[in-house]
Amino acid sequence: MFGRILNKIDEEFLKSEPRKGELFAVSALFDTPDQIITSAEKVSGSGYRRFDVLTPYPMHGLDNAMRLRETKIGWVGLLAGMSGTTLAFLMIWWMVGIDYKNVIGGKPFFNIAPSIPIMFELTVLLSALTLVAFLIAVFNKLPSNANPLMATEFMKHVTSDKFGIYIEAKDPKFNQNEIKSLFSSLGASEVYDINEVSYDEGKTKNPILDFKFVGNLIGVGIVTAILSYFTLNYLLFLPPFNWMHHQAKVLPQSESKFFNDGFSMRKPVEGTVARGFIPYEFKGMHDSLVVETPNPLPVTKEILEKGKKNFDIYCSPCHGYYGKGDSRLRGQFPVPPTLHSEKVRSWKDANIYHVITNGQNVMPSYEKQISRDDRWAIIHYLRVLQRSQNAPDSDFEGK
Amino acid sequence: MSLDATFTREIPLLEGKSSFKEIDDVIAKPVESKPTIKWWIAIGISSTALLIGAVCLGLTFWYGIGLWGNNQPVGWAFDIINFVFWIGIGHAGTLISAILFLFRQKWRTGIARFAEAMTIFAVMTAGLFPAIHTGRPWLDGYLLPYPNQHNLWVNFTSPLLWDVFAVSTYFTVSFVFWYVGLIPDLATLRDRTTSGIKKFVYTIFSLGWRGSNRHWQHYERVYLILAGLSTPLVLSVHTIVSFDFAVSVIPGWHTTIFPPYFVAGAIFSGFGMVSTVLIIVRKVFDMEHIITVNTLEKMNKILLATGTMVGYAYGMEFFIAWYSGNPVEQFAFINRAFGPYAWAYWIMISCNVLFPQLFWFKKIRRNIPITFVIVILVNVGMWFERFVIIVTSLHRDYLPTSWAMYYPTMYDIGILLGSFGLFFTLIILFARTLPVVSMAELKAVTENAQPKIHHNGSE
Repeated sequence: MFGRILNKIDEEFLKSEPRKGELFAVSALFDTPDQIITSAEKVSGSGYRRFDVLTPYPMHGLDNAMRLRETKIGWVGLLAGMSGTTLAFLMIWWMVGIDYKNVIGGKPFFNIAPSIPIMFELTVLLSALTLVAFLIAVFNKLPSNANPLMATEFMKHVTSDKFGIYIEAKDPKFNQNEIKSLFSSLGASEVYDINEVSYDEGKTKNPILDFKFVGNLIGVGIVTAILSYFTLNYLLFLPPFNWMHHQAKVLPQSESKFFNDGFSMRKPVEGTVARGFIPYEFKGMHDSLVVETPNPLPVTKEILEKGKKNFDIYCSPCHGYYGKGDSRLRGQFPVPPTLHSEKVRSWKDANIYHVITNGQNVMPSYEKQISRDDRWAIIHYLRVLQRSQNAPDSDFEGK
Repeated sequence: MSLDATFTREIPLLEGKSSFKEIDDVIAKPVESKPTIKWWIAIGISSTALLIGAVCLGLTFWYGIGLWGNNQPVGWAFDIINFVFWIGIGHAGTLISAILFLFRQKWRTGIARFAEAMTIFAVMTAGLFPAIHTGRPWLDGYLLPYPNQHNLWVNFTSPLLWDVFAVSTYFTVSFVFWYVGLIPDLATLRDRTTSGIKKFVYTIFSLGWRGSNRHWQHYERVYLILAGLSTPLVLSVHTIVSFDFAVSVIPGWHTTIFPPYFVAGAIFSGFGMVSTVLIIVRKVFDMEHIITVNTLEKMNKILLATGTMVGYAYGMEFFIAWYSGNPVEQFAFINRAFGPYAWAYWIMISCNVLFPQLFWFKKIRRNIPITFVIVILVNVGMWFERFVIIVTSLHRDYLPTSWAMYYPTMYDIGILLGSFGLFFTLIILFARTLPVVSMAELKAVTENAQPKIHHNGSE
C-alpha cells in the first residue's frame, strides 16, 4: 500500500530525466590572456550586462576590463571582526564579572589584561569564518552545481588551460548571430551554444521516492536510534569512563570486605574523647549530688541571642516559646510543667544544666544535641524568660 | 605590481612551454594514478608508528596516566613537550602560506599548499596532547565556557584557557584558509576526472566553482584578508603557548623573553620539519622539478636566521639570570647546563645553534643530503629544547627535599612515536588525495600568464 501511495505521488509531481532545454548563453574560448582582456573590454563596452569571463586563475586587469566595481567584502570582515571583539569582551565580562564572581589570585573579578588574548582570538575567528561564509554563500552564491555551464566542454577548458567568455540569452541586447560573429572577430578558438537543462513534468519515476530508497532511509534511522541509545546509556559508562562513580574510598554505613568485623568505619580506641565533648561529671546522678558550678558565660546580647536560638530549636517544642509548658506537641507527648514555677526559679543554674544534660522523667538527655556552651546560653535565656513573667516592681520604675 | 616569474624558470619541465594543461597533468598525477611501491612503503612505516602510538594511548586511557613517567615535581613532561613541539611545527606552514604571501614571495607557490596541510596536521597532532594529558579526555568539554549544571564558568585569567581558544582558532582558521585555496583546484580536478565517485566528491567540495571573474574578484580579496588575519594569529598562538610557562613563577620559565623566543623557535622547528617532509616527498612523488633546490636553499636561509635568533635567546636567558642577581634563577640555569640533564642541554645547543651555522656556506645550503641531515638535527634539537625548558626547570624547584629525576616510560615513547605516525600518515594520505601544489596559483605566476597590454587605467 505504501508503495502505491509513493507511486501516486511520483506520477503527480515528479520530473523526468534531464533534457536539453532553451538556449542559456553563447560562449567562446580564447587562448591568450591578451585576447580575453580585449574581448572582455569589447563586450562590456558594447553594453552587454549579463556576461561573465571565466579563467583558470585570477588575472590582473580583468576587473577593469569587465568594468566591475571594487568588491565590498572587506567590510564584512571588518564588521565581523569588531563583533568578535565585542562579543568576547561582553562574554568574559558577564561570566566572571556579573554571573559568577570568583576570587582568583586576589585580582579584580573582571580584568581587561587577561581578557585580551581571548578577545583577539575571537576577533580573528569570527572575522575569518564570516568572510568565508559570505564569500561562498552571499557574494559568489555558491554552491551552484545546477548551473548550465557545468560539465560542458567549455567548462572543462576554463578550469584548466583556456579563457572563456559568455553572454547570457537573458541579456536585453542578446542576438545569437551577432554575438557569434563578434566572438569570431575577436579571435575565439571555439564558440559554443550553452543550453539550459530542463525536465519534463509528469508521470515518471524519481529515485528519491523509490520504495527501496525510503526503506533504506527508515532502516538507517532505526539503526542510528539504536546505536545512539546504546552509546548514551551503556557505552559511555563502560570502563574507563566511570565518571568518578567508583572511587577508592569508604562510604558511611557501607560494608567492609577488608575488616573481619564487616564494619567500614573503625571504632575509636576505648576512652577516646572527641574534641569539645568532655564527658559530664554527674552523668546519671541524683540532683542532690550535683556540685554547684556557676554559669561560665557572661550575660551579653550575643549570648542571649544564641540562647534564644537554641531554646527555640530544642526546648520550645515541648516547653513552649515562653517556657509556660504550652507545648506545640500537645497530645503527642505529655505536657511538661511550666518553667516559671517557684521550684525552677529557685534552682541554681547548675541544676538546670543537670536536667538538660541528664534528662528528667520523660525528658531525654540533650547532651548529644546541644553543645556545652549552648546549654549554658539557654540557661541565661531561660532566666530572661522567667524574669519577664515574674518581674519585680523595680523593673517598672521609669528612668 | 610587476610579475617576474623567477619561480617558474627553475622548473625545467615547464620552461618555455607555459602550457597550463601540463601543469595540471604534473600536479594531478599522484591523485589520478595508482600508488607506487614507494608510497606503500612510506605509508606502511608511518601507519605502523601510528598503531604503536594508538596502543600506548589506549592503555593510557584504560589504566590512567600513571603509566607515564610524570612524577612530583615533574608534573609536565612528554605530554606538554610534544604539544609545544607539534604546535611549533605548524607555524612554518602559516608563515609560508600567509606571511610570505603578504610579502609577495613568489617562490612560496611551490610549497605553500603542502606547508598549509602540514600546519593543519601538526595542529591536529598537537591538540591531542593537552586533551590526553587531562587524564580523562572524555571530560574535555569542561574546557569550554558553556552554561553547565555546575553553574561555573572557566577561569579566564588562566593561560591554559587562552591556549584552548588560541589553538582551536588557529586550527579553524588554518583549515578554512587551506580549503578556500583548494576550491579552484578541486574544480579543476572535477572537470578532469572520469571516475564517477571522484566526480561526485569533487563536485560537492568544489561547490560549483567555475572560475568566474566575478567570483575571483571577491575570492582574491578574501584570500588577502585571510592571510592578513593569519599573520598576527600565528604570532599570537605561540605567544600564548609561551604564556603557559612565562605566567607561572617557576625559575627558568618566568621570563619576558619567552614570547618572541618561542615564536622564533616555532618558525625554526617548523621550517626544519617542512624541509624534512619536502625532501622525502619530492623523492617519493618525483617532484624534484616543482620543489626545487632553489626553494630548499631559501628555506635553509630562514633556518639559519631563526636558528641564530634562538641561539641569541639561549644566551640572553643566561645573561638575565646573572644580571637579575636572583640566586634561584641563577641556579636554575646553571643546573640546566651542568646539572643531571646537561646532556639534553648540549644536544639542544649543538643541534639548534651550531649545526645550522653550516648554512652560511652556499655549497652546503644547496646540498640535499647534508641539508637533510641538518634539518633532522634541527627537529631533534627543537624537541630537546622543550624537554630542557620543561623538565630541567621542574625537576629541581624551590624545595630541595622534593627534587627528583624524570624518566620516560615506554608508553611516553610509544605515544611520541605515534604522534609522528599520525602526522606522517596524514601527510602521505593528503599527498595522494589532493593536489600538493596550488595549480591555480602556479599558473598565475608562469610566464605569459598575465596580460601584457593594459587598458583604460588598469594597473
